[in-house]
Amino acid sequence: MENISKLKDTASQIRRDIVRMVYHAQSGHPGGSLGCAEFFTALYFSEMDHSPNFNMKGEGEDVFILSNGHISPVFYSSLARSGYFSIDELNSFREIDSRLQGHPATHEGLPGVRIATGSLGQGLSVAVGIALSKKLNKDPKLVYALTGDGELQEGQVWEALMFCAHHKVDNLIVTVDWNGQQIDGPNDEVMSLGDLDAKWRAFGWEVLHMNGNDMHDVITVLRHAKSETGKGKPVVILMKTEMGYGVDFMQGTHKWHGIAPNEQQLEDALSQLEETLGDF
Amino acid sequence: MLDKMLSTTEKKATRDGFGDGLYELGKSNPRVVALCADLVGSLKMNKFIAEFPERFFQCGVAEANMMGTAAGLATGGFIPYTGTFANFSTGRVYDQIRQSIAYSHKNVKICASHAGITLGEDGATHQILEDIGMMKMLPGMAVVNPCDYNQTKLATIAIAEHYGPVYLRFGRPGWPVFTPADQKFELGKGILIKEGTDVSIFATGHLVWQAVKAVEALEKQGVSCELINIHTIKPLDEELILASASKTGRVVTAEEHQMAGGLGESIAALCSRNHPVKMSMVAVNDSFGESGKPADLMKKYGLDSSNVIEAVHSLLK
Repeated sequence: MENISKLKDTASQIRRDIVRMVYHAQSGHPGGSLGCAEFFTALYFSEMDHSPNFNMKGEGEDVFILSNGHISPVFYSSLARSGYFSIDELNSFREIDSRLQGHPATHEGLPGVRIATGSLGQGLSVAVGIALSKKLNKDPKLVYALTGDGELQEGQVWEALMFCAHHKVDNLIVTVDWNGQQIDGPNDEVMSLGDLDAKWRAFGWEVLHMNGNDMHDVITVLRHAKSETGKGKPVVILMKTEMGYGVDFMQGTHKWHGIAPNEQQLEDALSQLEETLGDF
Repeated sequence: MLDKMLSTTEKKATRDGFGDGLYELGKSNPRVVALCADLVGSLKMNKFIAEFPERFFQCGVAEANMMGTAAGLATGGFIPYTGTFANFSTGRVYDQIRQSIAYSHKNVKICASHAGITLGEDGATHQILEDIGMMKMLPGMAVVNPCDYNQTKLATIAIAEHYGPVYLRFGRPGWPVFTPADQKFELGKGILIKEGTDVSIFATGHLVWQAVKAVEALEKQGVSCELINIHTIKPLDEELILASASKTGRVVTAEEHQMAGGLGESIAALCSRNHPVKMSMVAVNDSFGESGKPADLMKKYGLDSSNVIEAVHSLLK
């Protein structure tokens, strides 16, 4: 794990990008984006076999689907920083005529995005379809999907879960961003998720746990998850994160789900995040 | 052509045309895959499933996941055909279709059986009459409503050649087979059945047959009818429709759908923008259906050939 410190540096830069993008647009979703910076960094800079020479079908490479599309800032930064498009384009987030729509979309042709998401509960089904395509094509690569925890309140998610166990979709690794928060407050107050571990198991999934804000653990568990694929069962990682992680005043609260910092808050946030790869 | 159509004695359901078309397509195109939400018998998908089991995905009673899964298969380069009732192919999963299929421009063919009031005895819970309207509003979505077994089979095969989402609508009951089995099906191109000068009748789906019967009666009364089969409601064959409407100056539309949002509304908008004409619409007028035999329901809800005849006369006054 010699590259852990390098990955941490990348995550720090991605966090700076997130805060600066949301500040510049004066809208967007910094909380969930910040909480998932380690996960995206680990996927795009270490664990996924993928090419920034984007092709929609994703044949012969690992594919990632972001179901909780509102955390587009962390997705866009990860794509740009791994070469899918210029980091300068991050400046256009949420602006008119931009490819960086508020929620990810294919319509403007942004490389790295394979489906429009943001209407919650839908991305997992799409990831399942891509996983089936890989099986039909005898493509041994994997499909990764991220879903929010509040998103699990959507019924379609459980339809997909049942489908995956029945059809033995074992080339798919789903991760749940389990930060415990949603727009109206903590999950437990809005709509309790109950025993998530038991629920996924009851639906026939292999369940792993991960500390999503510990890079070492993220890499370890993602590798473990990969070793569990191909065994006839779908794999899920229940990933504990802190919303807003890395910026003290945004951390651990739903209040920064979908608002932008002002100039002073921007400075405060950036002072906590080292510029490691150069700002866009 | 009209006489030949009227002489048919064969009856087959349009959904059988779908099943047979899908099977043919499965043999010729290895990229075609099929999904179904617990209705393979109703959708006549059994032949495809028996021959190509690896290309079929049973989704259970879970239509939302089926639509998303189809979008994923399309992303991977396949041409998914989803099968369930029209009610569950549209309203139930409208947001899934909007986000994951239409907005994401996925090459998914949404194949919808038991559309309209001719579903019959199951009643209004299953008789969707709003589906054309919902689907035609989605940017980039093609909407096809073939009129008989042959045309449904041809349409099922033809839409595989069109890249992009398609809504293919067909029905449950046995219905006269009156179009040629070898007729060319071209998406977006209406078919002129009979030329005439007094009135243009544009019909779609099951109502094409009602219009054929109506035209036979009207001709005997000395009314010269131009009859055009509009199997594709979107993209609409604007050129053919405007040429006919300009010639006759009178337009009747006929469809098994709500008046709001259907073919008649599309043609009214087209004509009012380009060449306003007197119009009458044969369609369900802001009402749900009910249980009953298809023929009885067609009469009660104003979708009979006699309603087409009345509509024509209302314009000749």
